[in-house]
Amino acid sequence: MAKGLDLTATSVFVALFAAVTVLGFVGARGRKADHDELAEWGLGGRSFGTLITWFLLGGDLYTAYTFVAVPALVFGAGALGFFAVPYTILVYPLLFAVFPRLWSVAHAKGYVTAADFVRGRFGSGLLALAIAMTGIVATMPYIALQLVGIEVVLAGLGIPGRLPLVLAFAVLAAYTYLGGLRASAMIAVVKDLLIYVTVIVAVIVIPIELGGFAKIFAGVPASRLLLAPMTAGNLGQQSGYATLALGSALALFLYPHAVTGLLSSSSRRVIRRNAVVLPAYSVALGLIALLGYMALAAGVKSMPAYAAGFKAFGPNFAVPALFLQMFPSWFVGIAFAAIGIGALVPAAIMSIACANLFTRNIYKEYIFPGCSPAREGQVAKLTSLVVKLGALLFVLEMPQIYAINLQLLGGIWIIQTLPSVLLGLYTRRLHPAALLIGWAAGILAGTWMEMQLGLKGSIYALHIFGEIIPCYAAFSALVLNLAVSSVLSATFNLFARNPFVDATVAEDYV
Amino acid sequence: MPERGRGRKGFRPVHLFLIVPYVAILWVPFFNRVEPSIAGVPFFYWYQMLWIALGALVLLPVFVIEERDGKSE
Repeated sequence: MAKGLDLTATSVFVALFAAVTVLGFVGARGRKADHDELAEWGLGGRSFGTLITWFLLGGDLYTAYTFVAVPALVFGAGALGFFAVPYTILVYPLLFAVFPRLWSVAHAKGYVTAADFVRGRFGSGLLALAIAMTGIVATMPYIALQLVGIEVVLAGLGIPGRLPLVLAFAVLAAYTYLGGLRASAMIAVVKDLLIYVTVIVAVIVIPIELGGFAKIFAGVPASRLLLAPMTAGNLGQQSGYATLALGSALALFLYPHAVTGLLSSSSRRVIRRNAVVLPAYSVALGLIALLGYMALAAGVKSMPAYAAGFKAFGPNFAVPALFLQMFPSWFVGIAFAAIGIGALVPAAIMSIACANLFTRNIYKEYIFPGCSPAREGQVAKLTSLVVKLGALLFVLEMPQIYAINLQLLGGIWIIQTLPSVLLGLYTRRLHPAALLIGWAAGILAGTWMEMQLGLKGSIYALHIFGEIIPCYAAFSALVLNLAVSSVLSATFNLFARNPFVDATVAEDYV
Repeated sequence: MPERGRGRKGFRPVHLFLIVPYVAILWVPFFNRVEPSIAGVPFFYWYQMLWIALGALVLLPVFVIEERDGKSE
């Protein structure tokens, strides 16, 4: 920003971006035959094998914003920010054990979204609508944050104005419209390779320049190096850390873009294999988190060259500033392209996932029942454009903090679909009306806690029997949701036979 | 067919492996410390990084046993 346009870095960045654009349009040509059908455009024909699914899910879950925000949190808050690592550890046993069931039932019944499954399992259109709306509302700010990720690196390159962001967005919108999930899968491969190159170089070169890991950790203030310990009557940061990791892990595969990634795989075995190999990305994420401490050690915050960047983006500018400080210009171009292209993949998949939800669970259910598969595909393509345009306007018109706050709330909301989706895979003794009330209770309680916190964090201190227990608001709201759902289900089932029909049978799940 | 379905769904002792990471990671007081550090990296950080790999490894026995029994097509 203050340094003016970095020509070498910008050239490399633009060249890589252009290469990926071409690739996206080549991917868009994919299979022509039934391209307009929703399962083809929105799930890549359910055809991806282990390797492509690995790239796709990796690109989808470990987003560009993650790669900017996680080290930013470590940079600003210390040990607490490292929760992203245990979070991604806890996700995989769950993915391995539970989500193959979702794949199987979706495959057997032609479900495209989690709300499709809830509709079939519990026979309630209203509950399915609640699940679909939650998914869409929780995902929209996430897309906006991806665009913020692009904005940060454009600023780092010294590119002025908003036009480049609009251009990057146009590329994204065009290839998603034409190529659907297949185009995203192709770009994901390039994105992930760039990310791995950047991370490997960064964790070798930067510590050497800074004098080794010992020196980097020695520069971290003692109060932030570890979590604040327990004191009498207060569990301190440790319970917050554990619930943050567990709650985030439980929420991850409830997000529509994660479900879309899962259902696009060609078999349940592909999902199980990926649960074993996806942690490779967590290693990258852990190393990237440590970049936050490297930025502290490098002292970029007090350098006048980066003052404008920090002023505009806060701690989110820590990693771009670190790269600018430590790397030659041409490698800055590669690293920033990794982040920029890294934003395109999840943004595309998220908009596809929202489009699938709208088409299946709102348009087909309430607006035009019995529409043809080709029409479904057309509606989804248009919806994906509308969703992305909404995200772009949001980023251009609103203060950045709105997107960040809404994404925080999104995590609290999406986890409230857990009883319907995840428990629904195992039992249908839960009553849809009870699930709906539990969902509402969880959303209200979680949002209320977040408001009490002034949206400044997501760890809300519970006072239980005189003990202060700091807890991730999404997690405590989920506990309430589970309690309400199960108690009311038992009550409803006691008085009347559940009148709703289950469209699935036990064999569909295995 | 029902018998086979039940076998797929049923709990097996090997599934206990899946719980291990949750115990190791959620017991925060155990690893919220600096020592033993390795090459200047505090225990808190290398312990959790190590569990990324261990977390993937504990899935292997479950995966292998279920594949062997053809329970996961």
